[in-house]
Amino acid sequence: MWLLEIEDLSVSIGSKQVLKNFNLRISRGETHVLFGPNGTGKTTLLNVIAGIPRYVIDGGRIVFKGEDITHMSMDERARLGIGMAFQRPPAIRGLRLRDLIKIINPKADAMAILKKMDFEAFADRDVNRGFSGGEVKRSEMVQLLAQQPDFVMLDEPDSGVDLENIKLIGEAINTLTQKDQRPSQRTKSGVIITHFGHILDYMKADRAHVMLGGSIVCSGNPGEILEQIKKSGYEGCVGCTCPV
Amino acid sequence: MHVSGIEDKARKARDKKALYGTDVDLESYESEAKPQVIVANAEDLPSVVKKAAMDVGVKLDGESSGSFVQMDQTPVIAKSLYEGVEIMDMASALEKYDFLQDYWWKLVAPDADKYTAEVAAAPPAGYFIRAKKGMKTVFPVKSCLYLGSSNLNQRVHNVIIAEEGSELHVITGCTTPAHVQRGLHVGVSEFFIQKNAKVSFTMVHSWGKEVEVRPRTGITIAEGGSLSNNYILLKPVKTIQTFPTATLAGRGAVASFNTVIYATMGNIDVGSNVNLNAPETSAESISRVVCVGGEVIARGRMTGRVPGARAHLECVGLLLSDKGRIYSIPELDGQSRDLDMSHEAAVGRISEEELEYLMSRGLSSEEATSVIVRGFLDVEIKGLPDDLKQEIKNITQREDLKGAP
Repeated sequence: MWLLEIEDLSVSIGSKQVLKNFNLRISRGETHVLFGPNGTGKTTLLNVIAGIPRYVIDGGRIVFKGEDITHMSMDERARLGIGMAFQRPPAIRGLRLRDLIKIINPKADAMAILKKMDFEAFADRDVNRGFSGGEVKRSEMVQLLAQQPDFVMLDEPDSGVDLENIKLIGEAINTLTQKDQRPSQRTKSGVIITHFGHILDYMKADRAHVMLGGSIVCSGNPGEILEQIKKSGYEGCVGCTCPV
Repeated sequence: MHVSGIEDKARKARDKKALYGTDVDLESYESEAKPQVIVANAEDLPSVVKKAAMDVGVKLDGESSGSFVQMDQTPVIAKSLYEGVEIMDMASALEKYDFLQDYWWKLVAPDADKYTAEVAAAPPAGYFIRAKKGMKTVFPVKSCLYLGSSNLNQRVHNVIIAEEGSELHVITGCTTPAHVQRGLHVGVSEFFIQKNAKVSFTMVHSWGKEVEVRPRTGITIAEGGSLSNNYILLKPVKTIQTFPTATLAGRGAVASFNTVIYATMGNIDVGSNVNLNAPETSAESISRVVCVGGEVIARGRMTGRVPGARAHLECVGLLLSDKGRIYSIPELDGQSRDLDMSHEAAVGRISEEELEYLMSRGLSSEEATSVIVRGFLDVEIKGLPDDLKQEIKNITQREDLKGAP
């Protein structure tokens, strides 16, 4: 059964069309990877699924858990099970990370989550305030671990992160997408944007897509696609025989 | 000043309007109130008073260095629980100590305006708190000024003396119960912070929708002394106007003012005024205002008169409604070379980005706004004991702070 279905989605910002008749289906228990050059609409896609305003939906629809969420508000989508790690999240003055965890999920064991991400020292810091690039990534993972979404979206979780922390983040993604369970038992899904694929050494992905000019041009096994990109660039994916 | 001199001045200033704030018709209030029962222990206070005090962060039966409560015009308890701190009602203190004449009306002029004149003409009430030389307290002195009768003009005149090398923390909650329809509170306060003494003074206001408030505060800080002054107003009020003035009179004196306001209505004109009159003095004034209704005038004035003085003003406001106004007036007056004075003022709205970020975690727009507003009002106050810090935090946390009405 599909957890997420995107059908003929067209999206623009201002006068610029970013996504054109975009289609993507993700099953329960599957984690997909999105590759593609800058400006090709990957981040827009995630933002539109999350429900961030400012984007104009010109056509098509997004269905999550069988429900049309195309025009649903962000918080409703989050409560329905969609979670996103932001690439450059804002700092929130006066809000301690420990308190935000409790607000996101009153039942969460804040200290255990912080410990998992080696982030206990930041419990009483204002959310994202003065955090380095790598710290921001861990802060995002901490919040998602509290939120426990059914569908998690990660925008470049490996950029600006040192090797030691990439491993931590990869493990957290595996936890969020239930890769510690048998495939048949997994119900949670995810989509990850990565440029260089470093994170793929530390997490399990089931399928990958290459995006160019607002559409998917190629899909397949993540390892094979990454190899293809390394060998002949994104352009090499155009017209490839991989099934889209 | 001789007593008759004070009365003379007060008489002449009876109709003198204040420089700032709306004008209050003093004649429309009564000054006589039924005397209240004096109690021996804070536990014996009427439960309604204890509850009201608790709501403004003053746990009268919690750990403290002592307590003072005035109901209407009657000081009902003035009790020290620590030998290093003396707490008396003002009338008794004036009777006992001749030396108080050297402090009485020395930092606030009886003829400053009609409100000071009103207090000067009234029988003395309010508290006298003295931290004795070298004595340091961690637990705060807890005080509550309770205005319990409608149409009353409650008057207080407080004096705090922190003697050389002492450390004193005072929290004062000023409050009216819901049944009080209308009232006026006029309070004169004079704080003397002597050499190397350290004082924190935290005031939490919770008045009614038809209550007018005119505090008049003068502070002097001697060499090496420090003051952390914190003012919190989160509840509706008709009008407030206050502009406490601190003078850094001795080398190395330090003053810090923190103001936290959540306004839904009324005319709120508050600020701080610091004179840096001695070398190596420094002052900081931080105000955070959230306005969803009413008018808030946030003033800050720093006057640097000697080389090397350092001053910083910060007035930041979130205006969340068309029905409100935030008028921020930071003033820097440099009167010497080699000063370091700066200010930062901003009036704006809640960032969309922050709202969306929290909404992506499942918070509704209202919940996200409330979290951001609380965070904005959470000023980091230095120099307070942890318990008091926590108490101040609790006050902002438990209030229902909405984005817009």
